[in-house]
Formats: sequence, structure tokens, C-alpha cells
Amino acid sequence: MDTLASLADGFAIALTWQNLALALLGCFLGTIMGALPGLGPSNGVAILIPLAFTLGLGATPSLILLTSVYYGAMYGGRISSILLNIPGDEPAMMTCLDGHPMAQKGMAGQALSLSGIASFVGAFFATWGLIFLAPQLVKIALLFGPAEYFALFALAFMTLGGVSSTNQAKSAFAAALGLGLAMIGVDTQTGVPRFTFGEVHLYDGLDFLVAIVGLFALSEVFIFLEHRHGNASGDAAKVKVGRLTPPMSMLKETTPTMARSTVLGFIAGVLPGAGASLGSFISYSMEKRLVDQNGKTFGKGDPRGVAAPEAGNNAAAGGALVPMLALGVPGSGTTAVLLAVLLSLNITPGPLLFTQNPDVVWGLIAALFIANFMLLAMNIPMVGLFTRVLMVPPRILMPIVAMVSFVGIYGISGSSFDLLVMIGFGVMGWVLRKLDVPLVPIILGTLLGNSMENNLRRAITIDNGDWFTLIDSPLSLVLWAIAIIGFVLPLIVGRKVKAQMHQNRDEEGAISD
Amino acid sequence: MILKASRLALAAAVLGVSALGASAEGFTPENPECIAPANPGGGWDFTCRQVGKSLQDLGLLDKTVQVVNLAGGGGGVAFAEVVNKRGDDNDLIVAASTATATRLAQGAYPGNSMDQVRWLATIGADYGVIAVAADSEIADLPALLDQIKNDPTAVSVAGGSAVGGWDHLKVLIAANAYGIEDVRTVKYIAFDGGGEAVTQLLAGSVQAFTGDISEAKGFVDSGDIRVLAVLSPDRLPGEFADFPTAKEQGVEAIGANWRGFYAPGNMSDEAYDAWVAKIADLYASDSWKETMAVNGLAPLDLQGDAFQSFVSDSVAQIQAISKEIGIIK
Repeated sequence: MDTLASLADGFAIALTWQNLALALLGCFLGTIMGALPGLGPSNGVAILIPLAFTLGLGATPSLILLTSVYYGAMYGGRISSILLNIPGDEPAMMTCLDGHPMAQKGMAGQALSLSGIASFVGAFFATWGLIFLAPQLVKIALLFGPAEYFALFALAFMTLGGVSSTNQAKSAFAAALGLGLAMIGVDTQTGVPRFTFGEVHLYDGLDFLVAIVGLFALSEVFIFLEHRHGNASGDAAKVKVGRLTPPMSMLKETTPTMARSTVLGFIAGVLPGAGASLGSFISYSMEKRLVDQNGKTFGKGDPRGVAAPEAGNNAAAGGALVPMLALGVPGSGTTAVLLAVLLSLNITPGPLLFTQNPDVVWGLIAALFIANFMLLAMNIPMVGLFTRVLMVPPRILMPIVAMVSFVGIYGISGSSFDLLVMIGFGVMGWVLRKLDVPLVPIILGTLLGNSMENNLRRAITIDNGDWFTLIDSPLSLVLWAIAIIGFVLPLIVGRKVKAQMHQNRDEEGAISD
Repeated sequence: MILKASRLALAAAVLGVSALGASAEGFTPENPECIAPANPGGGWDFTCRQVGKSLQDLGLLDKTVQVVNLAGGGGGVAFAEVVNKRGDDNDLIVAASTATATRLAQGAYPGNSMDQVRWLATIGADYGVIAVAADSEIADLPALLDQIKNDPTAVSVAGGSAVGGWDHLKVLIAANAYGIEDVRTVKYIAFDGGGEAVTQLLAGSVQAFTGDISEAKGFVDSGDIRVLAVLSPDRLPGEFADFPTAKEQGVEAIGANWRGFYAPGNMSDEAYDAWVAKIADLYASDSWKETMAVNGLAPLDLQGDAFQSFVSDSVAQIQAISKEIGIIK
């Protein structure tokens, strides 16, 4: 009951007109930043830090503004995923897989509303989890040593079949390519630069936002350029918006999905070093394993394939606040920025934050609830507005996409080198689409490759070169077991439905694989 | 006595500062800008944002300092940008720390050296600590170093920097000072930042932690970890006074991660003096002392020429250690 009393105090702090206005502003700006390719939650928060300082806001109002932006961006990322097949930020990548096919089937409005609701469910329950479980959850994070992290990342890659339903060899190739790209940069375990060719810009490795925007957004523009003679205006006319709200039956069907994904995403968020992207990815591939073992509907516009990653990534966003507040260790890129804000407000996150600064913590948690309800209230009516994007003819839309990509990437890094890398990725994405190679595993490879490699090498170094350390704890054994089942099961089940899958192969584009 | 001496030094600093302030009134930056050579969230980002905010709060600048994150190459991208393109920008300062000096010393910014920029001033220092989990059997620093001496494979030391980075060098400096011949046998595990390294210490994956006081402070307060030694010349003031120094345990090792700024190499003398004076005023203010206390920053008060020669000494020192352990030839 103490907890609830503290929460009530938190609401008393958060519910002032100024704070509500800040939350509204944050939600609105966050949604837009999330939807724009290139601008993700971490940049969104970083961009608004000066605003918070200039306005002379105190600790609680600043945090309310910035976490509203954070949650808003997590909501907004799905919009461009569904409508344009271009992920607004990296956690929204998985939403492309079923969200865009739904839009192509004329269910864009439903996909947007459903994903908005799934986002709400994920974030709402994750915030409750943050309240009641934060102290206990910290203990989970402490169970994960380098060996367990390696097993977790291996699990993510071994269930990769969940992403690609047609040609397994091509998705394995894509993942390998991604892992290879992740190797670029200074190796932290030895301090030696790898594949940098003396170029100082490459020392920190490739920025995966640059990779995403190049692979998805620019390659989309290139494909359009290639086809512009044929169906430049016809393409847009084909897409219907459809009804705006999902039918009850669809909500009913996706409820168990949301529940499962929320739990998975939340846990992934709690682990520092895993983060929201892994949350949405594991939610999607596990859900597919569970409800769509034959690979019949996922990837072709299954509402459950939209609900799973959205509930997962928003739950992970809430989960990532647990280690940030309780350990001072950021669980994702955005929480790293929020951590810096806390520090510059003279608040030291860590085990004692809850006792030393209860007003800040509970004010923040109350703000999360407020932002979450605001976002739901804002997003559902705005679905109609968002879907208008589909009405814009590609000959106008595509130049805008290209422009936003360039401005967004330049705005983050301020370096023209990144623009060249982005164009390189754009060309690569265009070629790979021609070859029918799925793009999502490439991003996953670059995103997770470094952590996976570093944790493997840390584990081996700690145990003086003994490989058995990888299966030394019960937790890592469990993770390996899930990974192996996830890898082997579809091979057995898959054989039975091979004929069916063969039939479907030609009808699908590379991304929706 | 020590307290008195530092008070005197402080008074002298304040006087010196006001003198400088008077001479430098000619220049006010029009669009003050601070480059943080890393993504938002790190130490350099903190340096820029906190100093920018405090400069404005104290009325030392009437405009908001625009913070630009120019990540890449461990600060090398920003360094090259400042040297090549913004060499005479009078409104620009860049956050730096021991990591900058380390990379300059190890030649990790290809084609760049410390003489290409003007070093402004420090805003404090984070002294290195070596810590273990609260329930560890290791009692003090010599006990830890003895274990490493007898069987280097038995002790893993975790830190937040890459191999060859400052967290790694600190533990090697201590090992070296204790008489461990081949410091390369010390098992160092690199994590992504001090927070992750501490977490792994708590998880029991590693036996010891090397990092900065600010990274360890929260966990010391909560009783989760125990500081074996702080790598400062004397005991630190205030709440850190309980930490024994390495020196008093017979290990002559000092490691300070200073935080400060450099400016473009062709900044005018007028602008350089004005920036030095502003940062010095900031350093002398009470609100900055509060900030330093909260964030575990220890006093390190160097400006202008004094800072310039300090950086050059520390580059030479790091070069010597790095050669010894074979990180550079």
C-alpha cells in the first residue's frame, strides 16, 4: 500500500497545468519525431534537452517533458513502418513485416489503431511492472553475466526463421552480412581497428540508424525511380485506407498476443544491453513460433504480427527505465540520454534513488501514466490524418522521404561521411531487394552483432579460454534449450508445409518475407 | 592544515579569476557552441551540457550554449573537424578528458596531435578507484594485487573503457607500481561503460572493478561495493574521505580522469582569455562546487598555460606506459 500512496503523491506532483501541458507537447513532438525516418527516440530526447534547460524547468517537469517524448517516439515509429514500409526508428522495424502488408490490403487504418492500442497495453503494464517489480527485477539483471547475454543473443538469431518465411538460406545470408558489418570499427576487447581503412569516421563502427534509413528509406526511393515510367500514380490509387478502427473480433484475437509480448518485451527491456529492439524482435518471432507454425499468415498482414512487436517494444521502453533508475545503467540508447539529463539535474540514479529522491521517481512514474493515456487519446483520432499520407502520390511522397532521410541523418551526426554511408546502404538495399534477400536480418546483425561478440569474448576471457563456461549456469542452459527448440522445430514442421510455402514464395516482396 | 591550504588556494584562484575576468571583458561569444565528441549520454556530453547550463545560470553567458554531438572515432572525428574546418572559430569549445589525452598519446587520432588545439581549462577530476563487491574476501589493494601476482588468471578486472583505454591503464599503473613485472598478464574485461562493469561486479562475473569515483559512488552509498583504493595523491575531501588511497597502502599509483575543454588552434588570444576566465569563474562558484560534490568530481583547478603544460605532461606519461605494455610501439 505504501507503493500506492507514493504513486498518489507522484500524481499530485505531476498533475499541474504546466506539467500536463509539457506532457502534451512532449507526446506530440515525440510522435512526429518517431514517425520521421532517421529521428528516433534517443535523438528526439537529445534535441529537446536544450529546450528543457532554456525554459528553466526543474527536475520533475524536465523529466516529464523528456519521457513524454520518449514514449511518444516509441508510439510514432510504427506510423511510417505501416504506411510506407520504412521504420521510423529501429524498434519499429518488426512492425513493417505485417503492418505494411496490412496497409496494402487496405487495412491501414486498422493496423494503425491496433498498433496504437498494442503500444498502449505494452507501455501501460510495463509502467505497473516498473512500480511493483523494480527492486526484484534488478535481481534478474544481475543473473545475466556475459555467458547468459551471449545465449540470449544466440537465441535471437536462432529464431530468425521467424522473420523470414520463404528462403531460409537468404535470411541466413542477410544475418551474416549484418554481423559482418557490425565488425567494422575499433574492437573494444583489443583496441585494434578493424575494417576501418584508416578512416577515423569508421572507428566507432556503423551507426545503425544510418543503415536503417539507407536500407529501407533510400532503397524505396530507388525502387520508385526505377519503376516511375510504369505506375507512378497508379500505385497510390490502389491502396485503400479502409475502416479506421479495428473490429472487436480482431482485438479479441490479438489480446493474448499483446499479453505475451508485453511480458517478453518488458523482460528484454529490463536487461541492460538488450533494449527495445530485441524486445520487439523476440516478441515477434516468439509469437510467430507460437501461433503461426506453418508460416501461413505472418508476414502477410496478420494483425497479431502488428500487435506483438508494438506491445513488445513499448513494454521494453518501460522496462528499460528499471535498470536506469535502480542501477544507473541505461537499458537502451534513449535511457542513456535520460540518465545524462538526470545527472545534469544533480540527481544520481542508483540503488538509493528511490529513497533519496522519491518525488522525482514517483513524479516520473505518474508522468508515464499520463503520457500513455494522452498518447492513446491522441493517436486513435489521428489515425485518419496519418492515413492521408497514403493518398499522396509517390512522385511527391518519395522526394519528401529522400529529403527527410538526408536531413535527419545529417542532423544527428553533422557529418557528411554518414550521408555517403547512407547512400551506400541505399544502393545495397536496392540490389538486395532485387535478389529477394530480406533486409530485417541485416539490421539485426548490425544491431546485435557487437554485443554478441563482446559478450562471447568476455565470457571466454573470464574463464581463461574455457568454452564450457557458456553452458555453465542453469539460466544459460534454459536459453540455449529455447534457442535450439526454436531452431529445430520449424525445420520439422516446415517440411510438412513445404509445398504450400513454395507456392507462396513468388507472391511476396523481399521485405515482407 | 590541508583544509586551510586548499582554502587559501581557492581564495587565490578567486582573486586570479577576477583579475582575468577584468582583462577579458572585450570578448563575448555571439553563438556559444560546445562540441561533445560523443553521442548524448556520455561524460563529454555531460561536460558540455552541465557547463553550458551553469554558465548561463550564473550569468556568465547571456546566450544558451548550443551543444552539438559530433560522435565518432572516440573523439577523433570532432578533433579533426576542429583542426581542419573550424580552426579560427572564437565561439567554439570542445569537451575533453583524460580519454582525449590517452588517444592523442597513442596516436589514435590519425594525423592529429595535441599542439593543434588550445587547451582551455579543467572543471574537475574524477579520480580512479579500484573496488570489489561488498562481500568479497579481498581486504585491501595489496591483497588484490598479490592475488593477481600469484595467479593472474584468477582475477578478472572489469572496466568501462576499451583495452588500452583509461580504465585499463589505471589498473596497470597500480599493478606496475606494486611490482608486477609483466602487466600484460592482468586480465582486463572491457564493458560498455562503467555502469555495466559495476553491474557485472555485482553479478559476480568478475572479481574487481576499475573506474571513476562518479561511476562507483551510487553503489558505495548503497553498500553494494567496497572501494579498495582511490588513486589520488591524498585522501579526498568530504564524504569520500573514508576511501584509503593507494599511496597509503604502499602502492604509488595516481590516476585522475580530468574533465575540461579545448578550443580551436587559431582562436584569438582575446577570445581564449575570455573563455578561460568564464570557465574559471564557473569553477570558483558555489553552485559548481555543489555540482562537483553530487557527481563525485574532485578538485582539479587548471587554467590556460598551466592546463596546457599539464596535458602535455600527461600525454608523455601515457605514452610511456602504453609503450611499456606494448599497446604502441
